Amino acid sequence: MVVEQKVIGMTGDEAIAYAVKQVEPHVVAAYPITPQTIIVERFSEYVADGEVRTEFVPVESEHSALSACVGAAATGARAFTATASQGLALMWEILYVASGLRLPIVMAIVNRALSAPINIHCDHSDTMGARDSGWIQLYCENSQEAYDTTIQAWRIAEHPDVRLPVMVNIDGFVLSHTLEDVRVLPDEVVKKFVGEPSVPKVRIEVPADGGGTKVVEVDYKLDPWAPYPLTMGAFAMYDSYFEYKRQQEEAMKAALRVVEEVGREYGELTGRYYGLIHTHQIEDADVVVVGLGSAMGTASVAVDELRREGHKVGLLRIRCFRPFPAEKIREALRGVKAVAIMDRAMSFGGPGGPVYTEIAAALYTERERPLLVNYIYGLGGRDISVADFKKVLLETLEVAEKGEVVEHMRYVGLRG
Amino acid sequence: MVSGRKARRITLKDVLARRDLLYSGHRACAGCVSLTVIRQALKAVERPTIAVSPTGCAEVTTSIIPYTSWGIPWIHSAFENAAATAAGIEAAFRAMKRMGQVKEIPDIIVFGGDGGTVDIGFQALSGAAERGHDFLYVLYDNEAYMNTGIQRSGATSKYAWTTTSPAGTVIPGKPQWRKPIALIMVEHRIPYVATASPSEPMDLINKIRRGLDAEGPAFIHVICPCPRGWRFDPSKGIEVARLAVQTCAFPLWEARWEDGQLEFKLTGTSLAIAKKPELKKPVEEYLRPQGRFRHLFEPEKREDLIADIQAGVDAEWAYLLKRAGLA
Repeated sequence: MVVEQKVIGMTGDEAIAYAVKQVEPHVVAAYPITPQTIIVERFSEYVADGEVRTEFVPVESEHSALSACVGAAATGARAFTATASQGLALMWEILYVASGLRLPIVMAIVNRALSAPINIHCDHSDTMGARDSGWIQLYCENSQEAYDTTIQAWRIAEHPDVRLPVMVNIDGFVLSHTLEDVRVLPDEVVKKFVGEPSVPKVRIEVPADGGGTKVVEVDYKLDPWAPYPLTMGAFAMYDSYFEYKRQQEEAMKAALRVVEEVGREYGELTGRYYGLIHTHQIEDADVVVVGLGSAMGTASVAVDELRREGHKVGLLRIRCFRPFPAEKIREALRGVKAVAIMDRAMSFGGPGGPVYTEIAAALYTERERPLLVNYIYGLGGRDISVADFKKVLLETLEVAEKGEVVEHMRYVGLRG
Repeated sequence: MVSGRKARRITLKDVLARRDLLYSGHRACAGCVSLTVIRQALKAVERPTIAVSPTGCAEVTTSIIPYTSWGIPWIHSAFENAAATAAGIEAAFRAMKRMGQVKEIPDIIVFGGDGGTVDIGFQALSGAAERGHDFLYVLYDNEAYMNTGIQRSGATSKYAWTTTSPAGTVIPGKPQWRKPIALIMVEHRIPYVATASPSEPMDLINKIRRGLDAEGPAFIHVICPCPRGWRFDPSKGIEVARLAVQTCAFPLWEARWEDGQLEFKLTGTSLAIAKKPELKKPVEEYLRPQGRFRHLFEPEKREDLIADIQAGVDAEWAYLLKRAGLA
């Protein structure tokens, strides 16, 4: 049964702030940075007007923003923050603390280029660098998805099999500052969907009455009223550290399932279904363009136009980049002759952009592999048009026809 | 407002009746004063309390998996973010109370070393103080990065040897005076700031209680002589701390901001010295037992450098007397 939904004109930033308001986490700790600032501005208005009971902590840096979220989440409370670019870079250290402590923090990232030279516009260099920090990464195509994904993020993060922090990514300015019609759920439906925050039980060994020790189960949180106090963020040597890291990998694997389950459940509620990847016209495609974020909306127009001209082209958008849905992508690309892989970030000196290398690795175990071409595009907010995508697809059709890739890495819209 | 909760003064009898909340079996060095300070401080616990530590000696020695020395809930996150972590904990309980999920906000106490407080953690501390989060930050100051092996910090005393301010043939130890962290915290206009020494435990314990009871941020700077880093016998930690107070190298005081007015007063031995100046010992008596100042005495006595330290100590003492209205 799809719930009746109101339509509100909102930017991507506002859509995220609105979703966070409806979830009403205990703590929002954030620092302003373009193009994320609207999220904290809108949210502080909700606080000032008494629309939420959330404690808003206007910290003095992004490092402290995420640190405050770690402290808050360690008490079993819900915590949210938002950042971009340099702000994420400053948080780097604490990204690993949050995931290592298994704290289900939700963070919106408004993707922006990294300095130097300084640039405030969109690319994915910020979060691509954080791809191995143990955070789940979901990339949105439009503001509707930004709203929907922010709500789903809590369910994914807090799932007992997952317990990992989640980044909800939207493209700077392209989505953050662009007005769209967004369908929103009633507050109580959102509250019911996310449910009450829960914490897992952990087992600790404590002194027993009359000597010796016993094992007890306690809530995994800082609880000064609990009969047995918990030590969190302890010092692990070579005899235990490895096991903690192995457990994080298991949680990531579980997240592959949970992202899909939550996306399906959300679809039943709203009519908008979400998965790990989204495809368009790939069933009989010879050539597929793969990428993530808002540009894939533009790409879909190019695909449709080329289809009308009789070209067998399709599109695969990766919504969940971490954990990487390798199996889904292998399945989707079976039978495809050539793939254009779009990267809005560089891996300097690497074999290709981050999306390219992941896809290449995922396909390596396939008996029949498509040809791959890596396209670097849109760095520092350089626009990519329908015409650009048509060119990319036509070039890749040529590669498919010739059966060989001459130039593995190409640049879209680069001068000179 | 300094205090919503007026606690009764904690007596020695109380302290003896209270169980230790920092357990034995930790891995600190022999004679470590920082854990003695934490043990003393936790004698002031009277309400549900959560502790936070940045990376440092007290963190690595008390929490080696699978053991813990902490008898209250405790968290370590990273080196420079203890104040921000504590701020997040406080904010969470504030919201949970507003939402009816908890009845009260627990006491929150941070135990940070000088590196994590005076240097790398200062931004988070200053920010949390400005925002007015209700927690007590206790600086256990061993005057260097002892956990990584005695490197100089912004809190290291002038002319002290450390592994990154060696006593060389040209430069005689650390060239700079230490950062006046407690006075900097007073200027944040937070409700309660104090200094304390483990050589005067009842003063320390009651200051901790007052810091916890203050409504808003509180900061207590505790001197923590380190036998390894300061190069003295592990049995002498409390004696060295006592000499620091008796020579006015580390004066004891407390400062309260209440209704826009600052009340600044000397306490314990420092108040006694203010009343009877002849009790003030020369700083040389504090420097001499410490191997980190050996180059001031051997191979030849550097009267010039000792006089320079004495002048610095005297100037700081004169400033504090004036601040306390005693000069």
